[in-house]
Amino acid sequence: MKFSYYPGCSGHATGVEYNQSTQAVFAALDVDLIELEDWNCCGASSAHMTDWLLALALPARNLAIAQEAGMDLVMPCAACFNRHKVADHAIRTDPEQRQAIEEVVEAQFTDPVPVRAPLDVVYNEVGLDRVKQRVKKPLEGLKVVPYYGCLLVRPPEATQFENPDHPTYMAELLESLGAEVKPWSYATDCCGGALSLTKTDVVAHMVGRLIERAREAGAEALVTACPLCQVNLEMRQPKGSNMPILYFTELMGLAFALSETKKWWSKHLIDPVPYLKQCGLL
Amino acid sequence: MPDTQLMERVNALSGQTIQLCYHCHKCTAGCPAAYQMEYGPDRLVRMIQLGQKERVLSSQDPWLCASCETCSTRCPNEIDIARMMDALRMLSVAEGVAAASESVKFNRLFLGIMQRTGRMHEATIMGLHKLWTGDLFSDLGAGMQMFLKGKLPILPSRIKGRDHVKRIFEAVKERDSGAKA
Repeated sequence: MKFSYYPGCSGHATGVEYNQSTQAVFAALDVDLIELEDWNCCGASSAHMTDWLLALALPARNLAIAQEAGMDLVMPCAACFNRHKVADHAIRTDPEQRQAIEEVVEAQFTDPVPVRAPLDVVYNEVGLDRVKQRVKKPLEGLKVVPYYGCLLVRPPEATQFENPDHPTYMAELLESLGAEVKPWSYATDCCGGALSLTKTDVVAHMVGRLIERAREAGAEALVTACPLCQVNLEMRQPKGSNMPILYFTELMGLAFALSETKKWWSKHLIDPVPYLKQCGLL
Repeated sequence: MPDTQLMERVNALSGQTIQLCYHCHKCTAGCPAAYQMEYGPDRLVRMIQLGQKERVLSSQDPWLCASCETCSTRCPNEIDIARMMDALRMLSVAEGVAAASESVKFNRLFLGIMQRTGRMHEATIMGLHKLWTGDLFSDLGAGMQMFLKGKLPILPSRIKGRDHVKRIFEAVKERDSGAKA
């Protein structure tokens, strides 16, 4: 199995452990990820707040490169995934926008490739049976809630990510790793990520609520699939709360007993090691 | 005096049909940032329908929207309200209403770096943003921690195709000014 791979800008910076753990876990599952040649930033929120065509054209440059490579394009960052999905949706469904994009990007979209999230690939291409076979150290005793946030699931017509109101991929995956997944109703609520630097007080309120609800559900850690949510949830948690915020790929690596996991824990602003030790997993 | 052009301009910028709204209030009910807003999305829609340009464009509400798309997903009339919020941000910038200079500065900074290098560089953005707003110390601890953990590389990466990225920015600008003329 081979895919084009887009680490995104945060994959080399604040989300480095997500990028590294995604690559390590996919390699362990015999999935080849080939970095997209000379990719550019998707423009994120700043582009769609400023100019709609720009917000479509910037990711479309990457879609053109991926079309050339001819393989499905995997994106771990939920924000990048969202922007590329929205551009891809416009190209596939709106001839007028497609023409504008093609003119601006200097490319023809004759055979666009699907944009995929790692959760989708693990669930639908690799399959949870193969994941289970690969587990060497089941995550017994680890009490977690799965958290998808916004950008992976909405808007559903563009993201096409399973059930937008009640997604289950991550919970099923974590259960297949042996973790104790707590049911809760806030898996797709917003953490305020896009406002993290500009409206800090609003964000602290949103993050505080999520952490409180996760604890109420009986979780000791929150599992995410987005580098913006991860940083935001770690940075804007109430002082002294210290709930570990982990990527699902890091937990896959832990359950697969990969040697690289140590490097990932040290990248966290809230150290997950004490809790993982308490569970007897380290 | 109501501005009879306002709804048309918002529709054109957002690709939406704002007049379809029958005010079920679902957008505001589900909005995680509404508690901080002056009006909330539903009342903004009504004010756009009524042409209340000054009130709409001087409001901070669009700048409090986190683009979480909950409203857009739930709207029974399939109005993408998050895109309406984007259109209101664009209009308030175009009209010179400095409703939220901090967010506008942040976006300019972000896109400026991208236009030059083809990629986003978190260390530069965080640093310059803090400098520009004069709020140097609020996240200094977390920033230092990230730096020490190797999560904020100092040198920005530049892509080979940055001329292409620059051409995209220019082509978009040209089309936009053509559309306005």
